[in-house]
Amino acid sequence: MTGRVLEGIRAVEFGQFYVGPYTSEALAYFGAEVIKVESIRRPDPTRWFGSTGGPDPKIIILTDPNKSVGFNELNLNKLSVNLDLTKPKAVELAKKIAEVSDVIVENNRPGVLDRLGLSYEAIREVKPDIIYLSASCRGSTGPERNYAGFAPIFGSLGGLSEITGYADGPPAPPIGGRTDIVCGTANAFSIITALIHREMTGKGQYIDNSDSEVISCLVWDTIMDYNLNGRIQTRRGNKDDIFAPHDCYRCKGEDDWISIAISNDEEWRAFAGAIGNPDWAKEERFQDAYLRKKNEEELDRLISQWTISHTKYEVMDILQKAGVAAVHSFSSKDFFSDPHLKERGAFTEVEHPVIGRLTVMNPPWKLSATPAEIVRHAPLFGEHNNYVFGELLGMSQEEIKALMDEQVIY
Amino acid sequence: MSEKALEGTKVLEYASFISGPYCSKLLADLGAEVIKIERTGVGDEARRRGPFLGDIPHPERSGLFLYLNTNKKGITLDPETQTGRKIFLELVRWADILIEDKPPKEMEELGFTYDKLKEINPQLIMTSITPFGQTGPYRDYKAYPLNVVHGAGSGYLAPGGSQNLEREPVKSTSFSDDAACGISAAFATICALLPRWSTGVGQYIDVSKQEALMAMDQVELCQYPNEGKVASRKVDPRMAIRVTPCKDGDMMIIAMDDRQWKGLVSMMDEPEWTKDEIFKDILSRMQHMGEMLKNVAPWAMQHTRDEMYHTGQERGAPVAPIRSIEEAANWQQFKERDFFVEIDHPKAGRISYPSAPYKLSKTPWEGGAAPLLGQHNEEVYSTLLGYSKEDIVMMREAGVI
Repeated sequence: MTGRVLEGIRAVEFGQFYVGPYTSEALAYFGAEVIKVESIRRPDPTRWFGSTGGPDPKIIILTDPNKSVGFNELNLNKLSVNLDLTKPKAVELAKKIAEVSDVIVENNRPGVLDRLGLSYEAIREVKPDIIYLSASCRGSTGPERNYAGFAPIFGSLGGLSEITGYADGPPAPPIGGRTDIVCGTANAFSIITALIHREMTGKGQYIDNSDSEVISCLVWDTIMDYNLNGRIQTRRGNKDDIFAPHDCYRCKGEDDWISIAISNDEEWRAFAGAIGNPDWAKEERFQDAYLRKKNEEELDRLISQWTISHTKYEVMDILQKAGVAAVHSFSSKDFFSDPHLKERGAFTEVEHPVIGRLTVMNPPWKLSATPAEIVRHAPLFGEHNNYVFGELLGMSQEEIKALMDEQVIY
Repeated sequence: MSEKALEGTKVLEYASFISGPYCSKLLADLGAEVIKIERTGVGDEARRRGPFLGDIPHPERSGLFLYLNTNKKGITLDPETQTGRKIFLELVRWADILIEDKPPKEMEELGFTYDKLKEINPQLIMTSITPFGQTGPYRDYKAYPLNVVHGAGSGYLAPGGSQNLEREPVKSTSFSDDAACGISAAFATICALLPRWSTGVGQYIDVSKQEALMAMDQVELCQYPNEGKVASRKVDPRMAIRVTPCKDGDMMIIAMDDRQWKGLVSMMDEPEWTKDEIFKDILSRMQHMGEMLKNVAPWAMQHTRDEMYHTGQERGAPVAPIRSIEEAANWQQFKERDFFVEIDHPKAGRISYPSAPYKLSKTPWEGGAAPLLGQHNEEVYSTLLGYSKEDIVMMREAGVI
């Protein structure tokens, strides 16, 4: 059998920024037909963020909603329709789309869709077995449900920011989308479980996910330590409780680093052998895990003296051949020349009608029978108005035109 | 009892430590029947890592293990023995899903490749979770959680806001990235369950932790080929997102769009400096973040995180306290949503656990204790597979189970 597992499943997305869009993008990778609802009054804000490009780029605010590279990466395989949901007629049309759909994905602030008349209860009236996922910073209940938040906020509320950084530095949450996208992945997971449940029972359900809760589930080990022992773990760079060496060491080159982790004496001997059995490696103070941890500072200094005279790829190769866990700290540049990722086809290209050829990352799961794959660029703004309103809802061209003139489809 | 979304799904777990167990935990917590195979004698590696209850190492009192293995059944088995191998294959025949995280070579040596296993169970879904996947030059590379983070480029992006590239890239203190890999693998695995229901087709799922984590930074990574920018932990001086110290800790501040900026200005009771031309629009603000923070800092030092948080949020500024793990564990918002749940365990007692990264209304998360080492040997070997009491005793003596 071939084909994609979610073919025949239709999802409507009222999403913005990263979390909601990635949730439905994950479904679209597996073949779901995702209809993204936006209005020129309120498009997904990611459409407006661009860059001047080059090694030292500046953020620019775009004036064309079809030129954002970031938007492309978060909205692959989807369709886009325009509806100004402040107008009752547009809300009715959104409900009509929901009526022929299986899943709703939204990440507005709690209450926003309710006020527009698109709450779970309202959708359930037209589509009783709908699976409706709301993702918000803190969930749709509780005293702080209406507070605003983006990834840096829920990363901080859930505990991740405080435990990231140098032991002697400020809390320093990571730059990048993973705080969002891990939430999107958890959302997509919960939607599939609800689909399986619907297949068995015929029942839909409401899913009320909280980004802050996802983050606290990721730092579960530190929370368990607090719950068990009252210990408050905090940031400590790359260090481990027990093992040393356990850090990144400078290599030859500019901002090049190798991560090395050694967890037992066998690995230690292999490491010492691989670097040519220098005298210091034979010293008593490094001969068991306890001693290595005790003398970690000195150990780190000595290891750095060796790594600095090799490139990161050399160090990785030498140590891995000896059975030592050493992987260099990849920069985004490294990924695009790396032989391993090339062989695995981690990246592909899409042709975007406005921007041109763009590199995108393939979905990270390799399924042998029902692949997750990229079939098209992110939709142009309103690109599928005719398909959705015409073909799907059976409206005539005149009706569509009239609603455009009324700025309902807008 | 509420309904279980994954009721009737049978999962065999041959995994240890974090990503693999996290993946099958997510299925177990929603009602799948998970049988976890642990190595005879020693058990899952997580049993030997803290945090331990009272800081006293004990294989049944590791917080790592207890959390990652809720709602599972546990058996001990040595698949390297002839009988152990035979039992493993019997369990593969029973399972809908096999989740494993062994080095690819080890599975090949045991004869447990997907091609071999599907001869026994053609409908099997097999998910392999390894640092670099099953193909490519790095497939046999060894990687601990530290190496996984850095191999995925996540380290290179932290600590965000670094002023000094002479210092190393870092990971967070927790095993959060390995946990994220478990969530990613669980999503792909249950996607494969869907066609099984209609067509009964099994398949193989190759999850590389490196790629699972890279995908979470895909927007930043692809800036390089598309726009020439190398994403790094060095602060991008044009993003209006910053940490600022205040009276009793640190605060996260976002002032990107006009509404957020107005909220921030209102939070501080509209000081004069905010009227300067350089703060007039988003682009200008992003270019002058240094000046903005310099002005915010003295005000922030006069206020507590809670004052700033509630006043700011009420006035439209998306600001939040940087919470310690203790504060996160005691956050009222979490409590009111019943995010933490107490579970009884025969050896570790009653402990509070973070529940789940989802809140499904009809098929909610339910907590059940992690298994003791070999707790379900009898149930599985005798009731499920039909071995006699004598057989079980003999297999135990022989070190098979």
